[in-house]
Amino acid sequence: MIRYIVRRLLGAIPVLFGLSIVLFAFVHLLPGDPCSAILGQHRTEEACARLRANLGLDDPLTVQYLRYLGSLLRGDLGASVINNKPFLDEFLVRFPGTIELTLGALVFAVGLGIPLGRLAARHAQSWLDGVVTAISLFGISIPVFVLGLVLVVVFGVGLGWLPTQGRIDARLRFESVTNFMLIDTLLAGRPDLFVDAVRHLILPSIALGSIPLAIITRITRASVIEVSHEDYVRTARAKGLTERRVDERHIMRNAWLPVTTVIGLQVGGLLAGAVLTETVFVWNGVGRWVVDAIGNRDLTIVQSTILVFALIFLVVNLIVDIGYAFLNPRIRYA
Amino acid sequence: MTVPTTVTAPARASAGNDVLLEVRDLRTYFHVLDGTVKAVDGVSFSVRRGQTIGLVGESGCGKSVTALTIMRLLDIPPAEIASGEIIFEGRDLLTLSEDEMRHVRGNDIAMIFQEPMTSLNPVYTVGDQIAEAVMLHQRLSKKEAWNKAIESLRAVGINNPERRVKQYPHELSGGMRQRVMIAMALSCDPKLLIADEPTTALDVTIQAQILELIKDVQDRTGTALMLITHDLGVVAETVHDVLVMYAGRIVETGTVEDVLLAPKHPYTEGLLRSIPSRGMKGQRLNVIKGTVPNPFNMPKGCNFAPRCPYAFAPCAEYDPRIEEANPPDVACWLYTPAPGSPIPPRIRPRRPVEVGA
Ligand SMILES: Nc1ncnc2c1ncn2[C@@H]1O[C@H](COP(=O)(O)OP(=O)(O)OP(=O)(O)O)[C@@H](O)[C@H]1O
Ligand SMILES: [Mg+2]
Repeated sequence: MIRYIVRRLLGAIPVLFGLSIVLFAFVHLLPGDPCSAILGQHRTEEACARLRANLGLDDPLTVQYLRYLGSLLRGDLGASVINNKPFLDEFLVRFPGTIELTLGALVFAVGLGIPLGRLAARHAQSWLDGVVTAISLFGISIPVFVLGLVLVVVFGVGLGWLPTQGRIDARLRFESVTNFMLIDTLLAGRPDLFVDAVRHLILPSIALGSIPLAIITRITRASVIEVSHEDYVRTARAKGLTERRVDERHIMRNAWLPVTTVIGLQVGGLLAGAVLTETVFVWNGVGRWVVDAIGNRDLTIVQSTILVFALIFLVVNLIVDIGYAFLNPRIRYA
Repeated sequence: MTVPTTVTAPARASAGNDVLLEVRDLRTYFHVLDGTVKAVDGVSFSVRRGQTIGLVGESGCGKSVTALTIMRLLDIPPAEIASGEIIFEGRDLLTLSEDEMRHVRGNDIAMIFQEPMTSLNPVYTVGDQIAEAVMLHQRLSKKEAWNKAIESLRAVGINNPERRVKQYPHELSGGMRQRVMIAMALSCDPKLLIADEPTTALDVTIQAQILELIKDVQDRTGTALMLITHDLGVVAETVHDVLVMYAGRIVETGTVEDVLLAPKHPYTEGLLRSIPSRGMKGQRLNVIKGTVPNPFNMPKGCNFAPRCPYAFAPCAEYDPRIEEANPPDVACWLYTPAPGSPIPPRIRPRRPVEVGA
């Protein structure tokens, strides 16, 4: 098991290495003049030359890349080109918002997708299956921001059922400590605020979770149907087990395997989707920050965010794969 | 001498009532897109306590469906049990509730399947899977069930069962897994063991060992055995009585000696002629000229007539039924006068056939 984890961690190194090259190229080969971006109206030829010297922009690209890689290895993810604030400090303030949103979406997608998939599998080829398939097709094909806007218009503006902006009612002037609203409100002993934070989380989670919901539903359905036809399920029935036990112990236990992998892979899509969702719902997280950074051509922020997201994606999938290894004895010692 | 009388009386009573399973006019149909497949089409037979019986026939003739119908393991729909009774110890299994049937499965009737590689659940240890059945039917504690699992592995000749019991199916060879399946099937002391092609997926040397094992445990436990196979060689070595099945019907029955040494039905004769020589066992039998009739378009008369070297006038017109024969051991107009047919049957005695000729 330990060997497996170590091997997986080592396997992640070339991926991150490759990514650092891509990100470096992306920033340095992008058209546009960093001087104008940073200095704006204060741009003079003189100031620009000084800046280029300071940032080492006149060195050969390989030297610049090695310098970049060196700072990454030291854990230095750079600072904003605009206001010089260190990336990591700013990132850590905003990341809890994105985590909360992503987890909300995941709870929505998994909590609804798995029962729906099982339902569709049990009634495969019936009208019920058709309805579930239609819903999931809809979920996959509608863009996140379109669904987000529809939800805002219908449930927020139209029906007024749920808040559509921010993470908590701004008028309450709640000061967050850890930046996890759900945790902070509870720590502060304010269940009323907790409920308010949850209500704020609902629509963005649905918008962001719709695609993973569709995918998880379909994978669960397919997986349950496939496992149901396995010989060992017939063996289980031939033993005289109850249908329920056959379902839970013999079908679901195996059907889970592909589903877990897919859930892990969704995390990448969720982080990407969070950027759009946060913008639509004025959600204070990394996504909105990055959108602002792109607008400001604050490329360090963009570059480092992508790198950190990729790292998170790798780690989450490692965790999922370890969980998979525990669920599946066939690869436990591989 | 009153004592012996009281001892023998119940023994005689049970001897008179020794039919364990009686299948009457069973019909299992599959409703599929192209129409209806009559996979089992009026099958009757019985199995006595402790009897060993072989069900043989070409691929697709309905052997597995017969077994799965008895176990009530078919999905309905697409399957439909169109008629029949399955009397097991006096109760018609087809009328039992799902709960009552569950108590029969694994407990009174156990089944072994063809594919040992896929018939065990990959995510549980073999001990878990055996103990699961034991705990269910015998109301034993987890610990007792686990010990019972070890014992049943030992009983099927697995070395070091204390270690094997903790292993997962993928850690075992095919032959070993089939032993596990047998151990699992026997763990609850069933009265009837149905083995559906238990050796087909195994290689030749392992096949012989597994057959030997099945025979051996059958001897030891006295359970009745229904062995399904398309390999007459397997039947000859393992069972006393044979049912020959063709296109959803039983076409010939008798003892192994009668049926294999002196077959009546031309189909049985064809099967015998097509037994592969040593070293080629385990291959599908398809050497009888022609193919199994299209299930959506069965011949009007005898199902075997289009392939039969002895077919004569009534065969194309009238459908022979084994129940109507006298004695009822073969469904063939060569042995029974065809109704309304002007042509008399060519009664042929059982005669020897040279195997593999
Ligand atoms: N689920 C099903 N749906 C439709 N048709 C089926 C189904 N199961 C079996 N059949 C049909 O029933 C017939 C009998 O099949 P069965 O599996 O009993 O054959 P078999 O004698 O066991 O053959 P084999 O030696 O290949 O195992 C075949 O024509 C098969 O196509
Ligand atoms: Mg079969």
